[in-house]
Amino acid sequence: MTAFIEAAGLVKRFGRVSALTGLDLHVEEGTVSGLLGPNGAGKTTAVRVLGTLVAPDAGTATVGGYDIVRQSGQVRQLLGLSGQYAAVDAHLTGRENLELFAQLHRYRKRAAVRRADELIDRFDLGGFVNRLTRTYSGGMRRRLDLAVCLIARPKLIALDEPTTGLDPRSRYTLWETIDELVGQGTTVLLTTQYLEEADRLADQIVVIDGGRAIATGTSDELKADVIGERLQVVAADNDSLPAIEALLERIAGTTATVDPQLRSVVVPVSDGRTLLAEVTRQLVEYDIVVHELGLRRATLDDVFFALTGHRTDATVDESGDGEALAASAGTDSRGGEQV
Amino acid sequence: MTTAEVTNSVGARLAWMVRDYVLLARRYMLHARRLPAQLFFTMLQPLLFVVLFAYVFGEAIPLPGGADYTQYVMVGIFLQTIAFAGMTTGAGLADELGRGMVDRFRSLPMAPSAPLVGRAVSDVARNAFTIGLMILIGLAVGWRISSSPLPAIGGFLLLLLCSFVLSWCGMLVGLLVGNTQGAVSAGIGVVFPLVWLSNAFVPLTGMSTGMRAIASWNPVSSFNVAIRELLGNPNPVGADPALPMRYPIAASLLWILAVLIVSSWGAMRAYRRRTS
Repeated sequence: MTAFIEAAGLVKRFGRVSALTGLDLHVEEGTVSGLLGPNGAGKTTAVRVLGTLVAPDAGTATVGGYDIVRQSGQVRQLLGLSGQYAAVDAHLTGRENLELFAQLHRYRKRAAVRRADELIDRFDLGGFVNRLTRTYSGGMRRRLDLAVCLIARPKLIALDEPTTGLDPRSRYTLWETIDELVGQGTTVLLTTQYLEEADRLADQIVVIDGGRAIATGTSDELKADVIGERLQVVAADNDSLPAIEALLERIAGTTATVDPQLRSVVVPVSDGRTLLAEVTRQLVEYDIVVHELGLRRATLDDVFFALTGHRTDATVDESGDGEALAASAGTDSRGGEQV
Repeated sequence: MTTAEVTNSVGARLAWMVRDYVLLARRYMLHARRLPAQLFFTMLQPLLFVVLFAYVFGEAIPLPGGADYTQYVMVGIFLQTIAFAGMTTGAGLADELGRGMVDRFRSLPMAPSAPLVGRAVSDVARNAFTIGLMILIGLAVGWRISSSPLPAIGGFLLLLLCSFVLSWCGMLVGLLVGNTQGAVSAGIGVVFPLVWLSNAFVPLTGMSTGMRAIASWNPVSSFNVAIRELLGNPNPVGADPALPMRYPIAASLLWILAVLIVSSWGAMRAYRRRTS
């Protein structure tokens, strides 16, 4: 195993906004790395800097052994980049898009048609490839976008929030596609706001906040170290919150977090199953009515709280659907990311 | 690998560059076909102008020697139409910047200038089509080409050269403004003074001395006079005309060269800045 991406101290400023403040990154060849963080954390800028679309103000990085500044041409040859917006031409059909981009990759016309056929088969685009892409659903457009970025058989694909805005089914399809690519030896760098997604796909999770990596590890490592298990109770009314808080803290021996908005009380626990039985018994004993009671995995918000001591300003969305998160987690550096 | 091997000879690089231009130009031409409503309204506007000027203003604006205003004004309308088309191109480019398309282009091994050159080239093709239709409308309202075929062809070629330059100006404006809505407004703000402060619709002979000096040195006036001369349309520039009005074809070519150099350099520079 050799390092495919090696970045040290990357800094990028847009005007007064610092999008990257010293990012270090180490990605092994043939693995999936997930950059996890809220909007404005610097994920998009990280991908664009590594993809040679913007030059860093300080720091160095190599991709496949090539310097991203001095050898950007060689880096681009290795790289398939899929940005936050599926960048396909809305007024062309799927097939026309594939053939156009293949030709711009210097395929001759006939070879471009052949390559388009291969990708249409592989991504199962046959059902809609002859329609104008402006009529596509978000999931179809993403699949086409991914097909486009694989035209020149890149060694590394960088996917910026590939599943944002997709319905669950399209998301699972995309995950399977990414699995397949990794199975064939492609190195994948993806950004996501969803812990669940990073958990499912990434060999290595890099938690990003304020333009830096604040924690790196496998999903299991991070969970054991910072995230852990949570026991959550949703009260039937606000009046019982103090009693529940006291009860949970006594049983778990850790500090509870109370959210009056959601009427929820959460404590980190180590042996959830045993404690859950005890919590249930005592809730009955003290006659406290609750709406929900259970163990849950940590959310992105928990990771952030554990790592930084501050919230992402996001409403925790239990369904894993991050629209609320995406909408409310914007910070002042968002503008910088979009530049 | 089915990709052609990357060669570094100047000839090969030039060939790839031209191919990138052609691919992108074809892409924009396909857009025009896929957006028939947009094409229809781009056609509607010059049609309205022809009818308005021929029938409303025509009687009110006297030409020296009693020449027919319709014969005079058509070339002005041609130029205004292609100027607006150039600004529309700028708005289209600004739109594309916001959609991640430019990032994709930049990550390809293609000529960085291809999206801009492709647009300018496809504009020329689209404008050739528009001008063709306008010629028919003009003929229907009584306008005539009164020169022999060779100069007439020269006149239309000059018009297409203007189209190429004006597309670059439009792209420069679009890139400086950076968003679609702003680019549309800015485009209108550029085209109206540029075209109306020339002899496109009112002859120099009808202007005050100061106005006439401004209009005479406006590149659009040179284009107007040169094309009218080549098409054999009435072309009053008054007694003792300014230098560009005396040598309109040479002046037009010099203006085109100068504006092309400045606007393409500026547009490429703004494009690189916008995308890095």
